[in-house]
Amino acid sequence: MAKITGAQMIIKCLKEEGVEVIFGYPGGKVIPLYDALFDSDIKHILVRHEQGAAHAADGYARVTGKTGVCIATSGPGATNLVTGIANAYMDSIPMVAITGQVSRAQIGTDAFQEADITGIVAPVTKHDYLVKDVRELPKVIKEAFKVASTGRPGPVLIDIPLDVTTDLIDENFKVEINLPGYKPTIKGNLKQVKQAAKRIAESKKPVIFAGGGIISSGASDVLKKFVKIAKIPVITSLLGMGSFPEDNQLSLSMAGMHGTKYANLTFTEADLIVAIGVRFDDRVTGKLSEFAPNAEIIHIDIDPAEIGKNVKVLIPIVGDAKIVLTDLKNEYENYIEKKGIPDRKDWLTRIKYLKNAYPLKYDRNSSKIKPAYVIEKIYELTGGDAIICTEVGQNQMWAAQFYKFTQPRTLVSSGGLGTMGFGLPAAIGAKIGRPDKTVIDIAGDGSIQMVSQELSTAVTNKINIKIMLLNNGYLGMVRQWQEFFFKRRYSQTCIHNCVDFVKLVEAYGGVGISVKKKEEVEGAIKEALGINNVVLVDFWIDKEENVYPMVAPGSPISEMLESEMLEGV
Amino acid sequence: MGHIISVLVENKAGVLAKISGLFSRRGFNIESLAVGPTDDEKISRITLEVNAEEHSIEQIIKQLYKLINVIKIQELNPSNIVERELVLIKLSADSKARPEILEIVNVFRANIVDVARKSLMVEITGNSTKVRALEDLLRPFGILELVRTGKIACSRGSKD
Repeated sequence: MAKITGAQMIIKCLKEEGVEVIFGYPGGKVIPLYDALFDSDIKHILVRHEQGAAHAADGYARVTGKTGVCIATSGPGATNLVTGIANAYMDSIPMVAITGQVSRAQIGTDAFQEADITGIVAPVTKHDYLVKDVRELPKVIKEAFKVASTGRPGPVLIDIPLDVTTDLIDENFKVEINLPGYKPTIKGNLKQVKQAAKRIAESKKPVIFAGGGIISSGASDVLKKFVKIAKIPVITSLLGMGSFPEDNQLSLSMAGMHGTKYANLTFTEADLIVAIGVRFDDRVTGKLSEFAPNAEIIHIDIDPAEIGKNVKVLIPIVGDAKIVLTDLKNEYENYIEKKGIPDRKDWLTRIKYLKNAYPLKYDRNSSKIKPAYVIEKIYELTGGDAIICTEVGQNQMWAAQFYKFTQPRTLVSSGGLGTMGFGLPAAIGAKIGRPDKTVIDIAGDGSIQMVSQELSTAVTNKINIKIMLLNNGYLGMVRQWQEFFFKRRYSQTCIHNCVDFVKLVEAYGGVGISVKKKEEVEGAIKEALGINNVVLVDFWIDKEENVYPMVAPGSPISEMLESEMLEGV
Repeated sequence: MGHIISVLVENKAGVLAKISGLFSRRGFNIESLAVGPTDDEKISRITLEVNAEEHSIEQIIKQLYKLINVIKIQELNPSNIVERELVLIKLSADSKARPEILEIVNVFRANIVDVARKSLMVEITGNSTKVRALEDLLRPFGILELVRTGKIACSRGSKD
């Protein structure tokens, strides 16, 4: 039987898992692996920093639903991946990260470029492996992809010593996977589903709280069908945006710290929350003891540890969102067929009133470039059909508020970890995953500078993403907190004029467009969308514009700070 | 409240580190810990004693289940288990003290496992109460060293 190297076996196994693209960066301990990759038709995108590889794999996974793959060398290569892995872990994104490691005999000796990467990432991975025998490779890689992509998805790291990649192995060597402790519950308990259907039908003021779980399980269509039948308003988490079309009259968009006032008030008035694939993050609930004071909670989640973690739950259902929702829809239909359609006219009237009374606002008459205006124009000019990646901070919240997400997998944003510098590399990954789509990174001038070297990755690989930079010369979200809660003492948040972004992108071979007047906004976006290259549009927005509404930390979500200036606008 | 959790895990490198890491980062202190293989050499049993509220224990068990190498978890009901720990106590003891120590050791059905000119070593197995009682009685003689295993426990057979 023909023998191949461990490195060749890795590539062979990745092919078997259907891997089409890898994001990575070579180094001493992965040279054999990159040598094997040289003969493969798997596409490799060379990033400029390993963090970019992890974020790109993450962005790729979010838009395709496939498992993202990244590679880094041992030591600093591996540790540079950590932020990206932690980001994927917090947002339940399927990812396999492969790291080189020093040879087996050198492990534990503080060898050159040695880091205990499995020890370092244990708290931020779903699982990790250190491969000590070339014969483990086929099994470990198969297991890693299974663990990463099933149940509650998440990142898995495989650490492979150099000499394992050079050892020889029979090319057809196989061992069955063996995961005795891994049995995610997929089908929800039908008795509880029936109870839930009954409780929903009896509820006078129900609301659905849809999260990233809807998107990762592909449950958006079922959710739409269920809502159509049950006529229940839908609030999403940040990661749930796109799971239910925001142009639907029952959509209340996002709740929480910067959520819509009508979503936060709906939570506060509701008597029942049907939460699906969400984890009641503190950014959503605000002061926990006053969150949804009148509501009982039905919580559907594939991860039993999320149920009852933050809020008290009346009916827990552990299972895959799509399967449970399908059962729930059927049971609900059966129930109302027998008992009649519940009358919720008052509640729906109230929802309609809240939406009309408390719309998202900004000063439309301002002569300055308002970030919300830019986002609205992006929405208009892309027909809402683009994939929107965001950085973290004000830019992210404005994007979430003013772009109407109507399709799943169209918002790519770092939710749980809140990673500045996520958007640009994630957009690169997203564009690789969905080359047919316009991919836009809504950026901030702080965030993008954490990863601006990835402009080079985009330009050299002709990954024609469009970067819409909301440039206010501040680390804006922190500045906003300093304005509200620290007497406007702008400690270390001013980054005015630190770089000419147009020249920066041009230096990499992309196109830069500077926009300093409101009248130029629309034309610049149109121009950017029409250019067949990486384009960065540098919008000089109103410097001290804040994100409203805002729930102050520690306050209940029913109490929102709003701009007084905006009354009546 | 002390809870005894018995965890069956795959007998692989790094598993114990994952479990203890999970406890520390979720803010729980492990009171006692014992690890050893079961009748199946591929599976180890980890017995943990943890002080925590009921709600926290529920959450920690759920989090433990998320570790891929964890196969099964049992929270043992303290009223229906046999629990044991093993303790070795090295005492300062000259010939004058020995008779009294021997008497105490006999009452507790403990054993003397080593005798030297100025010291001796007592071995006792039992539950925490018994071990603590013996420890208290021996303390006045001068404990030179005390080594104890973590607690292990097994649920009793059904009584019907």
